[in-house]
Amino acid sequence: MTITGIAAIGAGLAAIGAGVGIGKIGGSAMEAMARQPEMHGKIQSSALILAAFVEAVALFGVVVAFLQG
Amino acid sequence: MLVNSFNVRTFAPNLKQGIFKPIRMRISTFKNIILSTLFLTVFNIGFASGTKEGGDDEKFDPKEMILHHVKDAYGMHIATLNQGKENEFHLTIPLPVIVYTDKGLTTFSSSAFHHDYHGHEIVERNGQRFVNVHEKVYVLDEGANQVAFDAEGHPTNAHRPKFDLSITRNVFMMWVSIAVLFLIFLTAARRYKKSDDNVPSGIASFVEPLVVFVRDEIARPMIGEHKYKRYMPYLLTIFFFIWINNIFGLIPILNGANLSGNIAFTFTLAAITFIITTFSGNKNYWKHIFWMPGVPVPMKIFLMPIEIIGMFVKPISLMIRLFANITAGHVIILALMSLIFVFKTVAIAPVSVAFSLFITVIEVIVTAIQAYIFTILSALYFGMATEEEHH
Repeated sequence: MTITGIAAIGAGLAAIGAGVGIGKIGGSAMEAMARQPEMHGKIQSSALILAAFVEAVALFGVVVAFLQG
Repeated sequence: MLVNSFNVRTFAPNLKQGIFKPIRMRISTFKNIILSTLFLTVFNIGFASGTKEGGDDEKFDPKEMILHHVKDAYGMHIATLNQGKENEFHLTIPLPVIVYTDKGLTTFSSSAFHHDYHGHEIVERNGQRFVNVHEKVYVLDEGANQVAFDAEGHPTNAHRPKFDLSITRNVFMMWVSIAVLFLIFLTAARRYKKSDDNVPSGIASFVEPLVVFVRDEIARPMIGEHKYKRYMPYLLTIFFFIWINNIFGLIPILNGANLSGNIAFTFTLAAITFIITTFSGNKNYWKHIFWMPGVPVPMKIFLMPIEIIGMFVKPISLMIRLFANITAGHVIILALMSLIFVFKTVAIAPVSVAFSLFITVIEVIVTAIQAYIFTILSALYFGMATEEEHH
């Protein structure tokens, strides 16, 4: 397998990780919002920030894959 | 859901003044977005076809096409008319190439390259020969008449000039966005000066909710009631600057001037955030980095290098996040367009167009979300740096 193929697999794994992470954040945020609608705004902005953190790690992986591929 | 609440909260201050105005505004804005995306997507197809190089025999390389579109370039190429015919015509906005070499400063228009980026067109200026290899100007060595490439496609008998200060399309787009921002905000400021009761009108009624949003949703909760005012100018600047550049990146007629998808651009913004964070760090902040309070001494020593790395990782992740998000959006749209040429059939076109329309609409949301994330994380770091001890 060439390095490009391995890089593509790496990018895929990074996407899976980010998907699981952001999915969990989104799900929990939804639950929390349903339970406490008055906290809607605060929960949403913290969920967005956390999603950004998770995404950043995945994007590191994607960028490395880009550089290798 | 995201967009909705974003809008509702953005326009919340307006609700007090009249509930119907913002709602009407929202509907018409939405309609405008849909219409303009539809229009722009049609243009996109024009582009993808315009970028097909060579005849039918030549294999279409989506990777090269995409990289060429995402990267910076000398001159803005808008369209190719009569492609492959005798009267082939490139519709471009030529931009100045400014290079500093051993022989001093040389300037010429990028139109001298005749839209060639394979190193075929040789431009002779000031006793030197310049070629454009994949949108990078190279100076040919003495006596060389043609660029020679090694196996990886790097020129072997040419070198980069000492300094390349060219006004590339990214620089040009940055100036355009600065001009647009100045226009919007100076007009808004004039509106406030004219009105007696400080009620926003015209463009100011569009700007005010956004400014209030940055203040009440980003600066105040993240930095704190007492200190947020110092950081407001910077936060507002990056919020609007990133947002408008993200939006400009989505306009296909500008050939995807991918400014916020340029790592140098995001690096500069992240570096400014890093500098401000470092200089506004108080005693408490530095104590948490070098000698973490409340943990045993071995743990303090163990945490110190981690915290020091964390200091640098924060701006680096800011840089990568914006760069990768915006670039990924462009790559996806272009990849969907290349499907038509990879499969060499018109039948795939409706799928391509539908999907790229979908992605473009998502990208419109992403432009705002990424500007918001960059701003709120900067505010968060400023807040961490200025937080007072509380025991």
